[in-house]
Amino acid sequence: MAVISYREALNQAMREEMERDENVFIMGEEVGHYNGAYKVTQGLLQRFSERRVIDAPIAEMGFAGIGIGAAMVGLRPIIEFMTFNFSLVAIDQIVNNAAKIYQMSGGQYHIPIVFRGPGGPAVQVGSQHSQSLESYYAHVPGLKVVMPSTAADAKGLLKSAIRDDNPVVFIEGETLYNTTWEVPDVAPGSPSELIPIGKADVKRTGKDITLIAWSKMVWTCLDASKVLAEQGIECEVVDPRTLRPLDVETLATSVKKTGRCVIVEVGWPVAGFGAEVAYQMQKHCMDVLDAPIERVTSDDVPMPYAKNLELEVQPQVADVVAAVKRALYME
Amino acid sequence: MKYGRAVATASKRVEHDDHHEYVDTTPEELAPLYRQMLAIRRMEEASAKAYSQGKIGGFLHLIIGQEAVCVGATAALKPEDYVVATYREHGHAYAKGVGARPIMAELYGKKTGCVKGLGGSMHIFDKATNFLGGYGIVGGHVPIAAGAAFASKYRGDKRVALCFFGEGASTIGGFAEGLALAALWKIPVVLICENNQYSMGTPVYRSLAVEDVSLRAIGHGMARDRFDGDDVVKVKRRIAEAVDRARTTNEPTLVEVVTYRFRGHSMSDPGLYRTKEEVEEWKQRDPLGRCRQRLLDIGFPQADLDAMEADVKAEIEDAVKFAEDSPPADDYKSYVIKE
Ligand SMILES: Cc1ncc(C[n+]2csc(CCOP(=O)(O)OP(=O)(O)O)c2C)c(N)n1
Repeated sequence: MAVISYREALNQAMREEMERDENVFIMGEEVGHYNGAYKVTQGLLQRFSERRVIDAPIAEMGFAGIGIGAAMVGLRPIIEFMTFNFSLVAIDQIVNNAAKIYQMSGGQYHIPIVFRGPGGPAVQVGSQHSQSLESYYAHVPGLKVVMPSTAADAKGLLKSAIRDDNPVVFIEGETLYNTTWEVPDVAPGSPSELIPIGKADVKRTGKDITLIAWSKMVWTCLDASKVLAEQGIECEVVDPRTLRPLDVETLATSVKKTGRCVIVEVGWPVAGFGAEVAYQMQKHCMDVLDAPIERVTSDDVPMPYAKNLELEVQPQVADVVAAVKRALYME
Repeated sequence: MKYGRAVATASKRVEHDDHHEYVDTTPEELAPLYRQMLAIRRMEEASAKAYSQGKIGGFLHLIIGQEAVCVGATAALKPEDYVVATYREHGHAYAKGVGARPIMAELYGKKTGCVKGLGGSMHIFDKATNFLGGYGIVGGHVPIAAGAAFASKYRGDKRVALCFFGEGASTIGGFAEGLALAALWKIPVVLICENNQYSMGTPVYRSLAVEDVSLRAIGHGMARDRFDGDDVVKVKRRIAEAVDRARTTNEPTLVEVVTYRFRGHSMSDPGLYRTKEEVEEWKQRDPLGRCRQRLLDIGFPQADLDAMEADVKAEIEDAVKFAEDSPPADDYKSYVIKE
């Protein structure tokens, strides 16, 4: 097992898939000569040349659309958004074209494309650059939405996304790039190098309560679990890893075991993806639930700039701890 | 409608479209422009320092090297005119009349900042001076500027809007659509492309098929202009022509000003995509140095210049102290929905 960073894991996934399949190429702003705004594509231009690592000007709708057109006729584009905030100017291409062409064409054309880049809150960059948009994309049939929390998941899931025959929205945690995790040493080509899309992962086992979280919030939940363990409360942390399709079975199995559930997301509360998870859990676990399902989200405001306010807005360990205690009727 | 000032060029430098030097300036005209440019530079330097001390967070985009553009252009405006800018907008805000104190306090994320610590470096707004904001999504603000100018025409109040953006914005839909609508509806907006040669790490020749953004006006039958941005008087006079056109005829203009940023795209950019020699070459054309020399050449007394420079230093030091001493931001709930 090698311990590598989330950034390096993504880089390896793209590099290996590009070695494997000549049809895979990368397009986006500053992905080549600059080695990526967040250095995720470091060294790829050098290895694969400008034919396959393509610096695009600031034209997200244009290059997202070019990716979709190329995918229709057989290429496998990886479209990088410098951050997912900028995917909003391309969302028409993603929702109206990428997600629909397969059905609109009666199954004649499918769209094997990955839209990837960092998303979720960053640090002190204000409301336009710091937001979680996964719920927008998870709403859309025809898309898959993947949000890895660890380096190992990032690598295995990105490889699966690149090989998937559908449009995959792959949102990386903007503050996770430097985090490290053990990544199994598997030779490229062996089946275990892939982590299937649509499969949740239990990140910590525990008997008292289930915490469901994805991306950065998995880390917050693991930290909260440590605090709670000291107080004798054992949390199970389940990471769906993929929001669409959602692995309801794995999540429900955990909730049935613990009888209690807190869903933690860094996005906004209203119509946030956690609301869908809560619906699924009450539907599948009604008989065993010992308490109402709790949700922890960011405050219902655009992200403020000031450091102190920014922290107040986002779910912190203390917020998760408090929600767990509510679900355990300890407060 | 006037065309033909710009020339298409495949080189990195502007082919001087006209060599007019605007020699008729006076100390009365030039001194305040120099003072503003200097204050902006000192403010930017102070914010870079505070950033390296961890007192300012997030992204910080400095305009050092480009000061003549925002100062010259806003000097052509009346106070009731509007300005809309990007995330690289501290200088534009200052030039429009926003004080160094509220700007610096905003960068520090303080309650006394111009948007109460909610926006930070990229989102300065100030209603009192008609500064309609700094925006973070490239190109998204171009239609906003056209919208403010549309309202002016609608009400007949003869206000003009200036919109600033980089050449990197000229490939995105927000720019293309804003331009098309401004031309179609004869909206009194002046679209100012600050072509600083780089969009982050991408030089113009890798982002534009034709390295002349002003040519985009032609297909829309829109007036256009293109010139170097080192001489603040030139910027002022040429933007004034476009502003007058907007004010008197509602005709929009697309203006490209060729300039250069001396620092990285933001504080985290080491600028490895260009040579030291190139940066040094452009520093020879520093709009501040040039303006200062010219002031002396036309008879502005050295003693007055010294006094002015000391005054600017004190102003910025005061702004930093104000920011440091201000209370932290404390309210993020109030301005989501207007009751
Ligand atoms: C739609 C969108 N895409 C990408 C970005 C990231 N980004 C911020 S500034 C920038 C470069 C802009 O260059 P230019 O327009 O020339 O202006 P400059 O920064 O040089 O002033 C990029 C790519 C963004 N903010 N918005």
